[in-house]
Amino acid sequence: MKYWVAFKGIVIREMWRFWHQKARLVSALVRPLLWLVVFAAGFRAALGIAIIPPYDTYITYDVYIMPGLAGIILLFNGMQSSLSMVYDREMGSMKILLTSPLPRPFLLVSKLVAGAIISLLQAYAFFLIAWLLGIEVPLMGYVYAAPALLITALMLGALGLLLSSFIKQLENFAGVMNFVVFPMFFLSSALYPLWKLKESNEWLYWVSAYNPFTHGVELIRFALYESWNPTATWVTLVTTVLFCGVAIWGYDPKRGMQQKKKPSK
Amino acid sequence: MSLALNVDSLRYRYQQKWVLDNVNLQLEQGQFYALLGPNGAGKSTLFNLLCQLLQTRDGAIDVAGHSTLKAPRKALAALGIVFQQSTLDLDLTVQQNLEYHASLHGMSSKASKAAIERELARFELIDRKKDSVRSLNGGHRRRVEIARALLHEPAILLLDEASVGLDMPTRDSINQHIRGLCESRGITVLSSTHLVDEVLPEDHLILLHQGKILLDKPCQQALDDEQVGDVKSLYRNLTTSGEAA
Repeated sequence: MKYWVAFKGIVIREMWRFWHQKARLVSALVRPLLWLVVFAAGFRAALGIAIIPPYDTYITYDVYIMPGLAGIILLFNGMQSSLSMVYDREMGSMKILLTSPLPRPFLLVSKLVAGAIISLLQAYAFFLIAWLLGIEVPLMGYVYAAPALLITALMLGALGLLLSSFIKQLENFAGVMNFVVFPMFFLSSALYPLWKLKESNEWLYWVSAYNPFTHGVELIRFALYESWNPTATWVTLVTTVLFCGVAIWGYDPKRGMQQKKKPSK
Repeated sequence: MSLALNVDSLRYRYQQKWVLDNVNLQLEQGQFYALLGPNGAGKSTLFNLLCQLLQTRDGAIDVAGHSTLKAPRKALAALGIVFQQSTLDLDLTVQQNLEYHASLHGMSSKASKAAIERELARFELIDRKKDSVRSLNGGHRRRVEIARALLHEPAILLLDEASVGLDMPTRDSINQHIRGLCESRGITVLSSTHLVDEVLPEDHLILLHQGKILLDKPCQQALDDEQVGDVKSLYRNLTTSGEAA
């Protein structure tokens, strides 16, 4: 019972924070909408996407990038959570979580799930705007997308958690954007199908094919079109567990909260 | 009288430097303990070990009879902690901050509401519960933090330089309030400070200097033993001579 109470408390707290930081929702939506409205409009005429699974017909570019842009919302929200954890640690409020009488892995996973739920809400807000702009998917696709979005959000949140356990200062966060977020986004199938990338650079193709974010995006894409991509599901799940495990190890008090400080013995 | 906190032969080092060296403490229930020491004496490290933000196997810590190594969660449940740096979420209201803490201690909604009302009333903050923490002044924020630390009715309250940055009247008021808790609720308080004027003759004084306990006895008794009139002189005598209690 107390685990449920604590989990609920952590989720509600994230909701409150999200509610108090309305600019966060706006900025989370502006980025993908710019891509959808401006970038995709420019490329729409130039690029048509051939018939590739899960699509059963030719599609326009804006239809293609819609799942990838949902992915970018999850990616940036995962990083935002990571940023907020580094901030919380610097400001001290992380201590309240870490000194509560519950197992630390449970607390960190609860925080991860809470962040994933916020990501999910943002992704659906984006789907709603995309639908208003005329980009539709099958109605049941929106339902099937929920678990796909949740798993992907958990994976990206776990990556954020992992980064936050190793980033010592808030100032180091710019490096995360340059060395983690942007390569992860551009070296994925979010903006272009991987076979197109293979035509121009095989090396980049293989890097993108092994990028876990690619699998997250494909998981969402297939779910939106009422299909299931088992490879993407397994890669996303395994990566989530892996990231999560390392992050929990990173927050182990035996390693110390402050990385510079080494425990005795 | 049973022990609320027992620290036995505790040692801790950062890199090659021992910041706590053979620390022994026995804190009795319902007593107020002032932990006095200059910056860098090892007070915050001791607190981080007590609340398990750091861990060591050099020595043992028992909180309300629970070992931090063998029963870490039971030990944490018996602690109320106020950190040196504010740990309130500025974006949330007072009530939301307290509800979050109560949920982390597994308190039901009903129990948490009652406890929040009780503690806010005690600290005269009832009318501020819907206010954002950001809108509170430093003194009120500290009161909220202490109220929060008491929500789950801990056996021991740890205050890590809780009065830092507060003006004199606010400091006095908070300190008076905390001392009252020992009598009214039988709670043990360990309050660290580097300000000698915060230690009263009736307190039990623990002096930590360069990672070692130099003194652990009632303040008045220490004053008499050293034949000095105030805590400042006592502090100066002991830290310059390095005399152990």
